[in-house]
Amino acid sequence: MPGKSQEKEKLIDKEGKRVDGRQLDELRPIKLEVGILSSADGSAYIEQGKCKILAAVYGPREAHPKHLALPDRALLQCRYHMAPFSVEERKSPAPSRREVELSKVIRESLEPAVFLEYYPRASIDLFIEVLQADGGTRCAGITVAALALADAGIPMKDLVVACAAGKADGKLVLDLCDSEDKLGEADVPVAFMPTLDAITLLQMDGNLTLEEFEQAVNIALTGCKQIYKLQKEALKAKYVALKEATE
Amino acid sequence: MSSVIAKVKQKQIAELLAHGKRLDGREVNDYREFQIEVGLIEKAEGSARVRLGKTEVLVGTKIQVGEPFPDTPEEGVLTVNAELVPLASPSFEPGPPDENSIELARVVDRGIRESKAIAVHELSLESGKSVIIVFVDVYVLNHDGNLIDASTMAALAALLNTKMPNYVLEEGEVKKKTGLTQLPIKNYPIAITFAKINGKMVADPGLEEEQVMDARLTMVFDKNGDICAIQKGGGSGSFTAQQIVEAAKIGQQKSAELRKLLVKE
Amino acid sequence: MKGLPVFFEKREIVTPGDLLAEGDYIVGENTYREGDKFYATRLGLVDFVDKTVIVVALHAFYVPRVGDTVIGKVVELTIAGWLVDIKAPQPAMLRASDVFERSFKPQRDELPGIFDIGDLVITKVIAYDRTRDPQLTVREPGLGKITRGQIMEITPTKIPRVIGKKGSMITMIKEQTGCHIQLGQNGVVLISGKTPENEQLAMMAIRKIDEESHISGLTDRITEMMKKIKGSEKNAGKVTREGEID
Repeated sequence: MPGKSQEKEKLIDKEGKRVDGRQLDELRPIKLEVGILSSADGSAYIEQGKCKILAAVYGPREAHPKHLALPDRALLQCRYHMAPFSVEERKSPAPSRREVELSKVIRESLEPAVFLEYYPRASIDLFIEVLQADGGTRCAGITVAALALADAGIPMKDLVVACAAGKADGKLVLDLCDSEDKLGEADVPVAFMPTLDAITLLQMDGNLTLEEFEQAVNIALTGCKQIYKLQKEALKAKYVALKEATE
Repeated sequence: MSSVIAKVKQKQIAELLAHGKRLDGREVNDYREFQIEVGLIEKAEGSARVRLGKTEVLVGTKIQVGEPFPDTPEEGVLTVNAELVPLASPSFEPGPPDENSIELARVVDRGIRESKAIAVHELSLESGKSVIIVFVDVYVLNHDGNLIDASTMAALAALLNTKMPNYVLEEGEVKKKTGLTQLPIKNYPIAITFAKINGKMVADPGLEEEQVMDARLTMVFDKNGDICAIQKGGGSGSFTAQQIVEAAKIGQQKSAELRKLLVKE
Repeated sequence: MKGLPVFFEKREIVTPGDLLAEGDYIVGENTYREGDKFYATRLGLVDFVDKTVIVVALHAFYVPRVGDTVIGKVVELTIAGWLVDIKAPQPAMLRASDVFERSFKPQRDELPGIFDIGDLVITKVIAYDRTRDPQLTVREPGLGKITRGQIMEITPTKIPRVIGKKGSMITMIKEQTGCHIQLGQNGVVLISGKTPENEQLAMMAIRKIDEESHISGLTDRITEMMKKIKGSEKNAGKVTREGEID
């Protein structure tokens, strides 16, 4: 976490409202769409506040490079990448160390959900492209990636959903936006499989007491459960609409 | 199935072309539908998403203040980059830009630069020290053929959409005044691409047509109907001089039609 | 099964992780179990057949089974034979020895004479398990290179709906369009007719089945559509009524 800036911006005002007008426990507005790219086997798009993220899946298909293939299960390869225009200061297209780390933790958050053992020697290739970033892109990235996997017909134990909680101006808040992430005291992203009650991603950045941390995790899980419902609706949306139009 | 094109499909394309028809029912000079949306990425100073049929390209522009090139101390700087991100096609691999993404970026760049679309002389803040730098980043989101025309259209739309801070030179320092200004855009380059298949020229090739083509010819026209960039690519085939001249005539007309999508006369 | 808890009605749309049933059930297609709880693994329509919980996936890719007839595309020539893309998680192999019956070491440049890169072939899966990629054969009658026609790709799980009960649906489409139609179990369909219009009509009908099979009354809608387009009053009553999942 960066140190406190010279003039500390107020993240929470006197009425308990945050910089974007939200309550402490309020999610940013979320829009989800599934099946939007024709070339990919599965795809999905999320807008969460100002974050705009696209995810696509190819596979299961032959592993490239072949020497990475595993004899008893499929490989899950994940690439988290940000567009140069996705942030305030243009970002070089070359993968940064942060993108490499996020690619890894995102992959590890989704692997427990996928029945990889069904497809030995194959590879499931997942691509997450951040078109616009405003805090919480790894969580939104996981949420949308799970939908892309389901859209591709990859068998899963559950959808993985992710949300972050954190601390801003001394208060615990849900779903940090960019300024809260940069200027706040802590950021705790969590990924979760509700059916199995399993946390598959957990990171922390900043400073929290043990109690605050426990509360933050619970707050994040509450956010996850709300987003999970939206995921399910988005997955069914195309088919439900078609059914209603026909009947 | 894999990006190897099926022989029966190649035959089908050839048979249809012999009757002046294409796989999706288009005539040889027909373009697929263009859909253009601008301003969708607020963090970018300008942005545009173009759909040409199912091909989808997103362009974002970013503005920075920086040093000019030494040989042009009073001109702003244009940098065009293109990413063929792997999610756009089973044939795109992650990694540094390959020859296709570099060619795409350089052709889009040429069209903008040679048509002097951006009045770079109006982007100087302090001679030799500070100028406006314009980054144009082309992001291909779905590849269904003719990335060049879609990208050129998206780049132009993004430039027209670009709003940047009011930079001024005050007491030797570059400062931001309140408000936003537009980029000074003086010309509107439009790219028209033909693919040569079995001796016939088809405009706006789709993905499968590109997989069977002998070669590809792209011409970029400015608002006066003059040509400001040409690129022959897409394979090791060749064109006759006559094919090129005929294509240029059709291209000039087509580019004027397509320009109307962005610029009202 | 009476008395045991289920959480959805038949033919409701379920998503991965949905709890479908609890108790003395059997795991069926696209479900898994934890203890005595049964969950969906894919987006689809849930059904209960005796004690088996199944989900008919709305979209799934092809996983080979020995005995399947599939349509694939030759993508690579190797020393052993032809690598064929049959849209499975692993690439399939058609061994040279399958075509050259005696023990024969073909020179690499003899392979293209039989099948070349880009050729579409109708083959059968003769081997596939966890330890090896699918193996194919063209030795049976009706198998081999495809020389003409149009190809379309649909979700493999919908192939049984395209066939219909006792072949009624596919027979109706063939009769109404006069097309020869070959269905690959991997979801690849070859249509070859006298005119492009006939081929288009057959493709539209099959596409409609692919997209709407989860909505009851499909048979009627297909019949309606074809009648309208053909403008003919030909009776399509030979088709067996069906609104149930196969």
